[in-house]
Formats: sequence, structure tokens, C-alpha cells
Amino acid sequence: MKYNSTAYKFFTIFNYILLAFLAFTCIMPMLHILAVSFSSKAAANANLIKLLPIGFTIDAYAESIGNRYFMKAFEIGLARTIVGPVISMLVTVMAAFALSKESAQFKYRNMYMWFFVFAMFFNGGMIPTYMVIRSLKLLNSFWVLILPLALNVYNLILLINFFRTSVPKALEEAAYIDGASHIRTLFNIFLPVAIPAIATLTLFNIVIHWNSYFDGLIYMTHRENYPLSTFLQTIVVSENFSATGLTADQVKHISERTLKASQIFLSVIPVLLVYPFLQRYFVKGIVLGSIKE
Amino acid sequence: MEHNLLTMKRSNKLKRTRKDYQLHLLVLPAVVLALLFSYSPMFGLVIAFQNFKPARGFFRSDFIGLENFKVLFSSSDIYQIIFNTLFFALTKIVILLLVPFVFALLLNEINRMYFKRTIQTLVYLPHFMSWVILGGILVDMLRLDGGFINQIIQMVGLKQVFFLGNGNWFRFTIIITAVWKEFGFSAIVILAAISGIDPTLYESAYMDGSTKWQQCRYITMPCLVPIMVVVGILSLGNILNADFDQIFNLYNGLVYDKGDIIDTYVYRLGLLQANYSVSAAIGMFKSVVSFIVIIIGYGLAYRIAKYRIF
Repeated sequence: MKYNSTAYKFFTIFNYILLAFLAFTCIMPMLHILAVSFSSKAAANANLIKLLPIGFTIDAYAESIGNRYFMKAFEIGLARTIVGPVISMLVTVMAAFALSKESAQFKYRNMYMWFFVFAMFFNGGMIPTYMVIRSLKLLNSFWVLILPLALNVYNLILLINFFRTSVPKALEEAAYIDGASHIRTLFNIFLPVAIPAIATLTLFNIVIHWNSYFDGLIYMTHRENYPLSTFLQTIVVSENFSATGLTADQVKHISERTLKASQIFLSVIPVLLVYPFLQRYFVKGIVLGSIKE
Repeated sequence: MEHNLLTMKRSNKLKRTRKDYQLHLLVLPAVVLALLFSYSPMFGLVIAFQNFKPARGFFRSDFIGLENFKVLFSSSDIYQIIFNTLFFALTKIVILLLVPFVFALLLNEINRMYFKRTIQTLVYLPHFMSWVILGGILVDMLRLDGGFINQIIQMVGLKQVFFLGNGNWFRFTIIITAVWKEFGFSAIVILAAISGIDPTLYESAYMDGSTKWQQCRYITMPCLVPIMVVVGILSLGNILNADFDQIFNLYNGLVYDKGDIIDTYVYRLGLLQANYSVSAAIGMFKSVVSFIVIIIGYGLAYRIAKYRIF
């Protein structure tokens, strides 16, 4: 199909330029921060930096990596980002398998579904949830970063639909005839088939856990327990140093621009690393989740 | 209901219960989590009707009925806050339907695959960054006297803008940055939908001598509108949420009047000022209204496009 009008040619040129510009605006902030993080303190404070470093130095990074509070928070963030999705996927896959059976097979299936769907629509809110966490003695515990996020009903529903549509009934029946229990069927048949879907959901889960800061903020009273996101929030964004017990000098030092920039960039690195994998499973995952008639 | 081996009546009742218990076991962890973190907080909502004092606990704090709600709705603050919340939510819903839509249409016209893929990859990057990261970057870039954006503005000869400190500019900034963050990701979904449109439609239109614009107007758009409508209706369910993370990480005392939303107010009132009862009251109000809107939304989506959640 060929389109040769001059109007179309103008449009095409305009289109390429516009899209390139939009894509550029999406990475420009990252480039700016990257540049600030590699620049000298003087240049940063003089607001000279645009998109390239001035007075190239890795001092800011050396200092951030040497800062034990930052590294402790990094560790905690990493730990929750590994443990969290694993536990979440385990819970979700098991439940999705059971709930993908029709109600003729699994008598209470519909009751469970309504149970979960209602929880998705209505919740107690910030304060009551905080009180529950407190009475469960989860405040300041590592598990408060994992457990509340473990059950994601959207993921559950996606997986249920996937199990129903992508595993041939014949396969299931064959296993049943051969005397396989439900648990065996799950692990030996459904799981291998579902790897792309599970991989996609896990990757999204990883990003959510890494970026999650609010739970750390309200449920941890000691800053040593902060995951990285929360640490960044208090130091870099809200500059709320009250919980940190730092001296005035230390405070002034930490709010220094290149230091902040390096901390910001260090915390984006894991997301950037996961990004190409996200890409690969991405469109499949989106088609899974998009509207189906 | 199809008859197959799996749904045949099992004459041996013992055999069924032995098998079924495994399924219950598999759902059990999820049920426990839901009970602990979704359902038990609902009981905590009772403090919205009490004059709650943590020392006295749930059972011994005075029950004061709707007092908290009366106090809440008699102060003028709450109306401004609800207005802000709705303003942000609705504006974002509308713009986040239009911008990705147009962007997807434009991107679809690109024929060089490597250009198209590169743009796609770059454009949905902001979606995966948290508002903590973006907040840190934007606070730096949007500041007066030295922020990158203001420097560019001044180079062009205009006056500096106090993006995050002036109420109206704050609203503008919130909307623009929210769209900037999400448009790429939303466009991917729309692109997926576009690629699902039957190509023979376009071929026959070409045969009939149509222009690109006509094809877009009469084929692409009508095929996409149903999906967009459904997405729009479903996102209404979120209408009172208006993205707490973004506002929380970008706001400050100067813009409370125009920028505060329900959730940020609840946070300050409840967790910072320890005014638990009133805070829970607002939270409950929000949950109930959201719930109603979601039910209506999903009901509409079902009527219009037969979309079911399960």
C-alpha cells in the first residue's frame, strides 16, 4: 500500500520528529540526574549542569556506597524485592489453580471468588489497617513489607483466566485418569505451561516491591529498618531528618545535590536491569490483561 | 456444562472429599492473608463512630455515632479536599484516555520497525519509576533559581515558574507529570488493540481509494472506542484515589489548599496528628463511595461491552 501525497509526506516527517521528541522527554530527566551525579559539587551547586556531567567525578557514588545507612536500606530493599514476589507468586499460583476449577468440580469455588473480589473493592483504609498491623506485632518487622502485599487479587484473576484458557482440558483429564492428585497436576502440568504468565506477573511484582515506600514509612519506627524506597523518601524527597538522628552538619552534607542524584540513580539501577526482561514478556502479559470480549 | 471426566458424578463420596481437601488447602494461604489484611481492618472502621483513644482500645472508647462525620462535613476544608480529589482524578482520566490514544495512532503510522521499537521502549520507562524517584528528580528540576526546567524557560525569555509552590501551577504540574509518566504504558495496550484489527479492512479501504486519515477515522477509531470506553468506566472506580503517591512526594505546605487530596489529608490527620477517629471517618466515607462507584462502573461495563471480571 503506497501513499504518496505531499500532505502525507509532511505528516510523516512531523510524526517522526514529534515522537522522537516525546521519547526524549521521557528519558531526559534520567539523563539530567545522571549528569548531576557524575559532576563536581561546585558545578552542581552553580546550576551549570544540563545533560552532560561537568567536572566529571565519581565522588558522589563512592560516598553513597560508603554510606552505611544507604547500603543497609539498599540491602533491605533488595531482600524484600526477592522474598516478596516469591511468596506472592506462590500464594497466587496455588489459589489460582484451585479457583480455576469450575464449580462443578470444586463446590465452594464461587464462594471463594466472591470473598476475594469483595476484598478487592472495599477495604478498611489506612488507619484501621495500621491498627491491625500493630496488633499483629508486625511493626518494625521485615515481614510487614512482604505479607500485606502478598495477595494481589488482580494477579489472581489474571492467572485464573490464564489457567482456564491456556491449559487443554485433555491434559488435565489425562493426569486425572493416571491418578494424579491436584497438587501433582499443579506442579507437573499447569506450572510449566504457565511460565510466561508467571514470569510476567513476577516481574511486575518485583518492580512494585522495589518501589514500595509507604509501608516502610508508616510501619517502621526505626530508620534502620527502612527499605531503600523509604530511605530515599525521607532523605531525598521530604528531607525529613527527624527520624535519622543526624547532626546539623551531616544533614547539610546529605542534602547536597550530587549525593542525592547518585542515590537516586543507584536506586533506579535494579529497575533498569529488569527492564529488558520486562520487555520480552511484556506484550504477551499485556494481552493477557487487556480487555477481552 | 460439558460432560467430561472431571465433572462426572463421583459415586464414591469418600474419593471426592479426599481429592477436594487439596484444593481447599491450596486456597488457604490466600484466604488467611485476605482475612488478616483485608477483612480484619474493616472491623477497625468502628473507630469512625467512636471517640477513639488508643489507650482505651476499641471496646472502651465512647461511642459517638455520626458525630465525627458531622464535625467533618461542617468544616469547609473537607469540601475543598473532595473537590481537589475529583478535579485531579477526572482530569487525569480524560487526558489519560486521549493522549495515549493519539500517541498510539501516531506511533502506529511509523513503518521503520527499529524506530518504532526504540520509541516504545523509551516511552514506557517512566511508568516503572516510583514517585519517590520521580519526586526526587522533579523537585530538583522544577525548583526556582536553578532548576533545569526553569533555566530552559528563562533561556527562551519567559519568567520563571514556581511549579511546586503556586497552587494553580501545582495542579498543572501534577496533571502534566502524571500524563508524562503513564502515557507510554497506556499506549502499549492501545497499540496491542490496534494490531488486533483485521488488516483486510485496511486493504479494502485502500482499494477503494481512501486516504490514511479516512482509514484512521472510519476503521481504527471505531474499533478502539469500545475498549477505551470500558477502560474509562473502569477507572472511574479509582476516582477518589487520585494517586496519593504522586501528591505525597511532590506537595508541600504551600499548596495544601489546591493540592491536598483525601488520602494526603487522612495521612496527616491520622498518622501525624493522631486524630484517629476523624481520619478513619474520612477513610470510610471514601471507601463506601468508591465501592458504590465501582459497582456502578462494572455494571455499566458489563452492559456496554459484556466485560466481566470473572
